[in-house]
Amino acid sequence: LWRGPHTTDCPGTQSEQAGKVSSCEGCPNQKLCASGATKAPDPAIAEIGEKLATVKHKILVLSGKGGVGKSTFSAHLAHALASDSTKEVALLDVDICGPSVPRIMGLEGEQVHQSGSGWSPVYVEDNLSVMSIGFLLSSPDDAVIWRGPKKNGMIKQFLRDVDWGDLDYLIVDTPPGTSDEHLSIVQYLSATNVDGAVIITTPQEVSLQDVRKEIRFCQKVKLPIIGVVENMSGFVCPKCKNTSQIFPPTSGGAEKMCADLDLPLLGKVPLDPRIARSCDEGRSFLNEIPDSPAAQAYQRIVQSIQEYCSNNETAQSTT
Amino acid sequence: EAVGILDVDLCGPSIPRMLSAGRPDVHQCDSGWVPVYTDAQKSLALMSIGFLMEDPDEAVVWRGPKKTALIGQFVSDVAWGELDVLLVDTPPGTSDEHLAVLENLKKHRVDGAVLVTTPQAVSTGDVRREITFCKKTGVRILGIIENMSGFVCPHCSECSNIFSKGGGEDLAKLTGSVFLGSVPLDPQLSTSMEEGKDFMQSFPESATFSAISSICATLLKSLND
Repeated sequence: LWRGPHTTDCPGTQSEQAGKVSSCEGCPNQKLCASGATKAPDPAIAEIGEKLATVKHKILVLSGKGGVGKSTFSAHLAHALASDSTKEVALLDVDICGPSVPRIMGLEGEQVHQSGSGWSPVYVEDNLSVMSIGFLLSSPDDAVIWRGPKKNGMIKQFLRDVDWGDLDYLIVDTPPGTSDEHLSIVQYLSATNVDGAVIITTPQEVSLQDVRKEIRFCQKVKLPIIGVVENMSGFVCPKCKNTSQIFPPTSGGAEKMCADLDLPLLGKVPLDPRIARSCDEGRSFLNEIPDSPAAQAYQRIVQSIQEYCSNNETAQSTT
Repeated sequence: EAVGILDVDLCGPSIPRMLSAGRPDVHQCDSGWVPVYTDAQKSLALMSIGFLMEDPDEAVVWRGPKKTALIGQFVSDVAWGELDVLLVDTPPGTSDEHLAVLENLKKHRVDGAVLVTTPQAVSTGDVRREITFCKKTGVRILGIIENMSGFVCPHCSECSNIFSKGGGEDLAKLTGSVFLGSVPLDPQLSTSMEEGKDFMQSFPESATFSAISSICATLLKSLND
């Protein structure tokens, strides 16, 4: 029983008009809403609010476009934050159909365990844990052929039923788009403080076009934007050291978009074949190639994110 | 050949820009919605949510049921006319959009699916699941294409495997599918797409052109067989 909004024209499933106005015509939930069944607030939202009260910072990693490096970024953000052994970090993968996080974190084949206090996430390090639907699938060929409502249910369980423990950072990796997964994560986290979203793009207009929509989504649901990361930003040939723009920024890249929309550009990460290899092998390229321009760019970006989060902490404790 | 492209990526519709179709109005006629044609000869017909939006930056923040409903309309209510081939471009995943397309195309014949991957295991890992989706829904797999397959430096001609190597062929072998071919990383292809230009017209001498042509030839042959 989904209680969250169905579309942006939706009057809201808890409103007086639920199921009764013209924008409800044709919505498959119309009858249900009109019957009044959806008016009670979803108790899970408050439960999740309580459960995640011991999570200091929550960061969503979003993109309008697929294939830009969201999961790579999320995984390495988690690694970088956890390199401080005094911090507790967790990575939640809500890409239900295409869960890449287990592989990138070197956790393929791991399974989730149940305990008295809920599901245990899978630990990569003492202070770094991961949860993904990938851990619930028994074969790498298994397809998760689920429509929206079932995906939403899984996301609710991930937030409410996983024994995350006390965390300094919870990073949420998402699939591309502005749909069920994105609405659900925002809805289910609505009783908690979310620091904001990091938005990933490549330099191309075809990517930026979708990223602008993602930015609008964030504005619509009042999700603060920490900043934008431009991935795949140039390639230095290992042989002749010349730079090529493989994905040319025909409309000015993320830099121009951020200037136009008054958003922080957190950094530009160049293409490096060693990144793909590390991800395929489940190792952090921040450890493997720490002196590479890509790793250095990442570290600067992570630092900006850490500063943003600690400014938030200060702001909250003084209000 | 008269070809249609149906773009069912509702959250991230890229087809209008790539085919320089801008945002013309979608008109209604007696037989339904008129697709957008890229030229006067009407050789390429398009439909995308991109054509229905006033503001191109507006987010389509829809849950599954509303996406399913629009895709149903795209299949049933667009007056495609006589087409030799209808291509359906999908977003990543195995969810509402994919199920909606198949359910609505059920009454027509679906020749099959072409699956696109990059060479990396992180990509083929997801495409394996897409293959399962096709098998479970009875969609014939026409073959696998490996995109972003190496980059030849324009300065020194050194080939770099930026997104790893060989994943497409390995995936085809692993799953018993046909490997249709590889397409290299090509900044000129990227730029053409950005500017809505026809790469195949502009760069017929390129290795990328050969790769794409050869894949198309193989595909057309298997469709006609």
